[in-house]
Amino acid sequence: MAQVRVEGLTKTYGGARALDAVSLSFPDGGFFGLLGPSGSGKTTLLRAIAGFVVPDAGRVFIGDAPVENVPVEAREIGMVFQNYALFPNMTVAQNVAFGLEVRKVAAAERARRVAEALELVQLGPFGARKTNELSGGQRQRVAMARAIVTRPRVLLLDEPLSALDKALRVDMQIELKRIQREVGITTIFVTHDQEEALTLSDRIGILKDGRLVRHGPPREVYDDPRDAFTARFLGEANLISGVPEAGGLRLPDGGLIAGARTATVAVRPENLRISLCEPQGPVRLRARLRQRIFAGAMGTCVLDWRGEALKAVGRDRDFADLPGEGEVWLTWDADDTIALEG
Amino acid sequence: MTNRTLALLGRGYLGLILFFLYAPILVMAAMSFNASAFYQLPFSFSTEWYAKLWSNREILSAAGRSVWIACVVTVLATAAGTAASIALFRYDVPGKRVLQVLLFPPIAIPWLITGTAMLIFFFGIGIGRGTPAVIIGHVALALPYVIVVVTARLATFDATLEEAARSLGAGAWTVTMRVTVPWILPGIVAGGLFAFAVSFDQFVVSYFLSEPGDTTLPVLIYTSIRKGFTPEINAISTIIIAVSMGIMVLAARYSNFGGER
Repeated sequence: MAQVRVEGLTKTYGGARALDAVSLSFPDGGFFGLLGPSGSGKTTLLRAIAGFVVPDAGRVFIGDAPVENVPVEAREIGMVFQNYALFPNMTVAQNVAFGLEVRKVAAAERARRVAEALELVQLGPFGARKTNELSGGQRQRVAMARAIVTRPRVLLLDEPLSALDKALRVDMQIELKRIQREVGITTIFVTHDQEEALTLSDRIGILKDGRLVRHGPPREVYDDPRDAFTARFLGEANLISGVPEAGGLRLPDGGLIAGARTATVAVRPENLRISLCEPQGPVRLRARLRQRIFAGAMGTCVLDWRGEALKAVGRDRDFADLPGEGEVWLTWDADDTIALEG
Repeated sequence: MTNRTLALLGRGYLGLILFFLYAPILVMAAMSFNASAFYQLPFSFSTEWYAKLWSNREILSAAGRSVWIACVVTVLATAAGTAASIALFRYDVPGKRVLQVLLFPPIAIPWLITGTAMLIFFFGIGIGRGTPAVIIGHVALALPYVIVVVTARLATFDATLEEAARSLGAGAWTVTMRVTVPWILPGIVAGGLFAFAVSFDQFVVSYFLSEPGDTTLPVLIYTSIRKGFTPEINAISTIIIAVSMGIMVLAARYSNFGGER
């Protein structure tokens, strides 16, 4: 277990900046989610920590020791790959034992630790199985057991759940979180799935075009995304722009969002309320309801405000009185107005 | 033309190819079991010529040398070829493309020319003729076959497995021996069988590079034919064909011609 830190990490492929002076600290024993669209540099960052990518500039620390000159095999890491990368010529137990064999752990001790690791991922009786006899979720667990059995200083997960189907993914998220809590290894994982990042992480970092845009505890980042990219990437956001003045944000249609000080604000879809008669609150917009989408317990309303598409999400029965289409009023609590910079 | 006539024509064509490929071989094999030394019919079965082989010291020693050389060549060419394939797979060496193209001349250039060039070169650098020269020549000829077969197998290998092994603490040697080689083993075996066949069947380069009186089996057969033909040659040739085809069948089984097994 160790704290991991990167300083000014830069990597260029051809002309493209995969990492642009990224500095970030990954707390000891924490579960850190690296999030970003494809090509944002999140995988490059993970691979630079692992040692597969040699940065052009910058430093990587595991514990307090710099590891730029330490090869992958000596960095004491555990890694779970997107396709699991289980050795096809070995059984489940042999896969898990590999790292211990390489470290010359005695046979008895090895067997004990392999059994322990398989127990931890709830694959106790599967040791003798061939890896191609396992389901996707089971392979994922084997990959996890193999990565943690050596007691690495840091656990790196590269989109560990992306190959699983939705229902299994949710189960494995809970499972992954449990395993990480039990072993307490500093864990860094890469995902493009914001829900996964929010569910699993103690802290998240959001990357865009090789730059670290924002990092912090998930709730803090979600509640106060600060910029439009983060607001839209982490959850959904309706962006509303106008001209700031003394009392608030003056909108092009003459309305005023009281208290807002920035030129653009965001409102989460779950905070938007739709009504047919004019609401009393300080914040109100006249918009056009375009479409109502029913999705089981939840419903979505697609709205049009001066050519901008807005979205409201709520329980379907909250929208029951609304017509399929037509002019409506939008409102939200002043506290739910999110100020955005830039 | 109807599909039926096309199919018939196709079959006839295939039949002709197989006929001209294998009829001479079958006739030769049959004659090796014929008692007459002058190919007289009617055919009367005899293993006389095979028995005579056993007392022919010249043929036995040439056969022994051929097998011995083929074994040495197999080990050297397979080891070097596998190492080269893994290196080309794993690293982006500068000029990788050029290097890959440069490995093919032994297949593309006529053996006669390769043999002449090797002879001149080996004399130039002082190796001269003899068994070491033959071995070096054969390894050079066999290498591209090994590389082609092993590279085809490597194309089905998931490079992430090597990364996974490294992340678990395995150094380059362990990664190669525990992860990469087990996967490409069928290709290595097939490549080795090809190397053996290339060396064992090799005539031109052996003819140029071996010393008179100290030759391999194909060279001895050639010189014997020039002195006068005996059915013993049929017998030894039949054995060579049986061994070579056996090896090719094995190689095909292992490599599945480069595909996934």
